[in-house]
Amino acid sequence: MNTSVLPGDSFNQHHWSIWDALPWVLGLAVFYLFDGYLALGTIVIIMIIACMSLNLVLGYGGVETLGHAAFFGIGAYVAGLWAIHVTPEPITGLFAAAAVSALFGLLSGYFLMRMRSLTLLMLTLAVGMAVYEFANKWSSVTGGDDGLSGISVAPLFGVFEFDLVGRTGYLYALGVLFIVFLLFRAVVCSPFGLALRGVRENIWRMKLIGSPVTLRLVTAYTLAGAIAGLGGALYAQTIQVVGLDSLSFELSGNLLIMVVLGGVGRLYGPFVGAIIFLLVQDRAAAFSPQHWMFAIGIVLILSVKLSENTLIQKAGHGLKKWTMW
Amino acid sequence: MGFKLFQTIFALLFNGIAYGMILFIISAGLSVTMGTMRVVNLAHCGFAMVGGYIAYALMDRLGLSFSLAIPAAFVLTCLLGAVLEYLLYRGIYRQTELKQVIMTLGLALVMIASVNLLFGASVYNLNVPSTLSGNVEVFGVGLSVYRIFLILVSSIVGLLIWYFVERTYLGKKLKAAVDNPGMARCVGINVDVLFSGMFAVGCGLAALGGALGAELMPLQPFYALKYLVIAVIVVSIGGLGSIKGTLLAALALGVVDTFGTYFFSDIGAFLIYFIMILVLFIRPQGLFGRRA
Repeated sequence: MNTSVLPGDSFNQHHWSIWDALPWVLGLAVFYLFDGYLALGTIVIIMIIACMSLNLVLGYGGVETLGHAAFFGIGAYVAGLWAIHVTPEPITGLFAAAAVSALFGLLSGYFLMRMRSLTLLMLTLAVGMAVYEFANKWSSVTGGDDGLSGISVAPLFGVFEFDLVGRTGYLYALGVLFIVFLLFRAVVCSPFGLALRGVRENIWRMKLIGSPVTLRLVTAYTLAGAIAGLGGALYAQTIQVVGLDSLSFELSGNLLIMVVLGGVGRLYGPFVGAIIFLLVQDRAAAFSPQHWMFAIGIVLILSVKLSENTLIQKAGHGLKKWTMW
Repeated sequence: MGFKLFQTIFALLFNGIAYGMILFIISAGLSVTMGTMRVVNLAHCGFAMVGGYIAYALMDRLGLSFSLAIPAAFVLTCLLGAVLEYLLYRGIYRQTELKQVIMTLGLALVMIASVNLLFGASVYNLNVPSTLSGNVEVFGVGLSVYRIFLILVSSIVGLLIWYFVERTYLGKKLKAAVDNPGMARCVGINVDVLFSGMFAVGCGLAALGGALGAELMPLQPFYALKYLVIAVIVVSIGGLGSIKGTLLAALALGVVDTFGTYFFSDIGAFLIYFIMILVLFIRPQGLFGRRA
């Protein structure tokens, strides 16, 4: 493969190995060893799912978006409303949330995925804010500023009660993450996943070889909607309160940061990013939230400045000169 | 009845225009950076916020007068913009949009955190001098003197921008550099310096808007992200890189928003997002923008 045309790792396929068991062993270890961290652990798992969704469109499809919280929030509100008005049974709530978020992804993606770059960034920002404002103003249903409360969830499979410590919630979220991860891996390793990466690397070539680019992107966007909707639903069912912050630009930004921290377009990127971000945030929030924000800002700036490789390249050039002599 | 309605509309129009002019001053720099330098600058409203806080600090902590603090905020933020352009932005002009988003988001977070550490989370207003406070009565409607002052100052700034771009030699160079940077370099125009200057002045203008408009948009740490969306809406409706478009979009948005909150308070800001989405679907380059 010509690495000057495509980055060398663009088409790396994932193969199973013993290391793939690590996240799940870790997840169960937390459950048995760190009882006090189950609430935080559940949030981490939920955010991993939301990041996977963003990683699908951003990392694999190369679609830059500033409004990804819309999917998450819609999923959360749908699951919350489902539990209040339809049935407190959690599994059907998951499906309902995923379906509505996916539908939103399909409808908005049908228009959005024709746009590129700056226009797309601004449109996703606007769509995200429009959904936020819609939920804010439709307070008779969503609770507006006060949030949606009074969500009660029936025992999982009719057996496991959602307890105060969050043991059921944690394992429930971990189970959903496991299934979502398997599906996600299947999708990104499929021919569809390859085509998506092709779009990311060179959209014009994909068009020229007859790949239906817009269709691929809309499909990915719809799938991302379903996945983030699942994350939102888990959030609503385990926290049992849904606030406007689940639709906020802040969440969109945080998801973006987590995906970037973990590595854009990497299968385990969301795991790494969400775990680091949320654990450090949790520690720092106890210490000082302002310092945390300052630090994360500096990390973001540095991550971009260092990836320019100017220093490393200069060092490399210098080395070449030396070796030539 | 008829006169009453006229008075209401007159008052709303006046407030809408004042709001729109502030939006214009804040957004003008963003339109320039996004339109001509193709940089997604999520930290732009951070500069407006920094300008507002500098003015506040100069007046409240150092006891400077309003008429000195505002120009000082403009100049200091210009300098800050120039320094940050050299240190941070210059490297990302040719990077992917994702990197631009990440870096400028990081910068916005640093600005928010710094302001929060220095000034705390409380909301600040600028103390307007007594000559500018109070109301004058026009058609039986009490108009705020300060907002009349806002409209006047913003109009003068707008005229200055127009004069600079359309009537000066430097403005011509700037247009050349924007239209075709390569060719401009060939005829000896220092495009990099021109662009950094433009960036710095854009930051300064945002600071001016942030300081003057603190009465309408109170200073708080999350200012940087809170008003970013509205600035982005202004420049994308107006068309990236078009000063005229930014002005018209800002005025329209200010008026629509003011009327919207008065007459249809249930819809609120939703109307504005809807208009933006509609405009961008029909004309992705904005109303006055040129196709990239």
